[in-house]
Amino acid sequence: MSTSYRVDWRRRLTDRSMTVVVTGCFVAAMVPLVWLLGTVVTKGLARFDWTFFTSSMRGIVGDGGGALHAIWGTVLITAATVAISVPIGVATAIYLTEYGSGWLPRLIRFLVQVLTGLPSIVAGLFIYALVVILAGPGARSGVAGALALSLLMTPVVITSAEQMLRLVPTSVREAAIGLGAAKHAIVATIILPHAASGILAGVMLGVCRIIGETAPLLLVAGFTDAMNSSIFDSRMATLPVYIYSQWQNKGADLAAYDNRAWTAALVLIGLVLIFNLTSRLITHRFAPAAQGVGD
Amino acid sequence: MTTLAFTSTLSRPERATAATVRGAVAGAGLLVTVVLIGVGAFLAVAGWPGLTASSSELPLGASNFWALAAPLVFGSVWSAVLAVLIAVPAAVGVALYVTWFAPRAVAGFLAALVDVLAAVPSVVYGLWGLMALAPGLAPVYAWLGEHLGWFPLFAGQPSATGRTIATGALVLAIMIMPIIAAMCREVFQRTPRASIEAAQGLGATRWEVIRLAVLPFARGGIICGAMLGLGRALGETMAIAMVVSPAPFLIGFSVITSANPNTVAAFIAQVFPEAHDVEVSALIGLGLAMFLITFIVNACARRVARIYGEPR
Repeated sequence: MSTSYRVDWRRRLTDRSMTVVVTGCFVAAMVPLVWLLGTVVTKGLARFDWTFFTSSMRGIVGDGGGALHAIWGTVLITAATVAISVPIGVATAIYLTEYGSGWLPRLIRFLVQVLTGLPSIVAGLFIYALVVILAGPGARSGVAGALALSLLMTPVVITSAEQMLRLVPTSVREAAIGLGAAKHAIVATIILPHAASGILAGVMLGVCRIIGETAPLLLVAGFTDAMNSSIFDSRMATLPVYIYSQWQNKGADLAAYDNRAWTAALVLIGLVLIFNLTSRLITHRFAPAAQGVGD
Repeated sequence: MTTLAFTSTLSRPERATAATVRGAVAGAGLLVTVVLIGVGAFLAVAGWPGLTASSSELPLGASNFWALAAPLVFGSVWSAVLAVLIAVPAAVGVALYVTWFAPRAVAGFLAALVDVLAAVPSVVYGLWGLMALAPGLAPVYAWLGEHLGWFPLFAGQPSATGRTIATGALVLAIMIMPIIAAMCREVFQRTPRASIEAAQGLGATRWEVIRLAVLPFARGGIICGAMLGLGRALGETMAIAMVVSPAPFLIGFSVITSANPNTVAAFIAQVFPEAHDVEVSALIGLGLAMFLITFIVNACARRVARIYGEPR
């Protein structure tokens, strides 16, 4: 009797202490999140002003200046990346789910997995090597940056779009076939509209992945202090590279450079969170209910 | 074959459209294939001159390519392994908390909070790691150096700025933890109900259910998640480039000094903007080496996943 009581007591103690340990793990994981967001918001607010969003760094030494050129560059390069990777990604996903059979789809799926793990800086090096052949050494441009980012975004789009296309019920496809619709018509008028919201959520997740990418843009899009509206011509600044260069190439007035870097970080995190949340909302509203968790 | 059955009943323009659509989507698939093969081939061609370059042409005046690459590959592997060692226990704990301990109503929200950590751009981690985390950890390193200096990891003069490989590995760990946790969460949720109920029926406490039913079932998923995290950590660039203060050609295991091994990715990012001619080729050669390493790690992760029957 007394032994069984003691064993019980020990087992319960283990259970309690593991509860504490596991809860502790979660709390510990939240510490960097709160610390990071807190630091970015408090330090970022110092320069979160009108000038920051309306002027570039052209001719600025020390205080003042802003990130308009970098924000504009991020908008242009991200738009170009979406324009490249969404059509290719969605078309590939359609091929994989609706058309493909045999060795090619298997090869493509394998390569998509490899691309998903591709280090971003390698994507940058690859596009650099390509651009050097086409445009000569030292060439930097926004479109090269967009190509490098497309290498990172396309696999995300393919994977999520493929999942969404697979969710379209077989009965819907069969009904359309029964009505004598051609395959391309079924894809265009039934399957794509059915999966559209899911695909959109995947695209936004892809944008989240690439909008904060720094390394490939540092290599192929370069950096500049001035506005540049042509993605095909000369260097183009972006928000992540702006953060890096404000820290890397500080002038005499250290605080001015640090403050600009923090404000840019605040803007960038804001953008990422907006895309992330929107993607979640879309998934939550349109996707079939997620499965229950745990016990 | 169904395709043939009904395309044959189409009118000629419709048949043309069907063929075009088919060609276009298949072409997109082929493009992806060609691009990836191109990545490998191009990097090899563009990096070749760097592999055979002499000392005067290489960055840092390295005696040859391999003398340049070896310490950097060591730094990449060392920092990534440290990061995985920190991140895996934390990720398992986080995933267990979200699936088994957190109140049902907020579990989804808490899981989303963890995912926010994965969404923060690496350059922001770099800025935070260097300006907030590193100064915060400097006293810890001083204490470790003073009291545990006999231990090889904590040997040498502790860094006053805190910009050590330990800080870098910690930042990497924070970045990869959500990836591993997401994988763990997925496998924890798929523990067979029968195993859980069998353990509960024997009067197991919650922890005993986890130890007897959940963790053994999830072993493959945890290993797979750890390897995916390792792949991510190996290729991570900006956080290391900004946080860690590197010393050239260093191979060393001390994690608290201001002389740290550099990583392949960080070195490329730091040197590339000012590099030219053969230097660029050498950097591309380094990139190719990293591509191969991450490729092998990710392939192993998939192999593990297949052996244990996990997704991905």
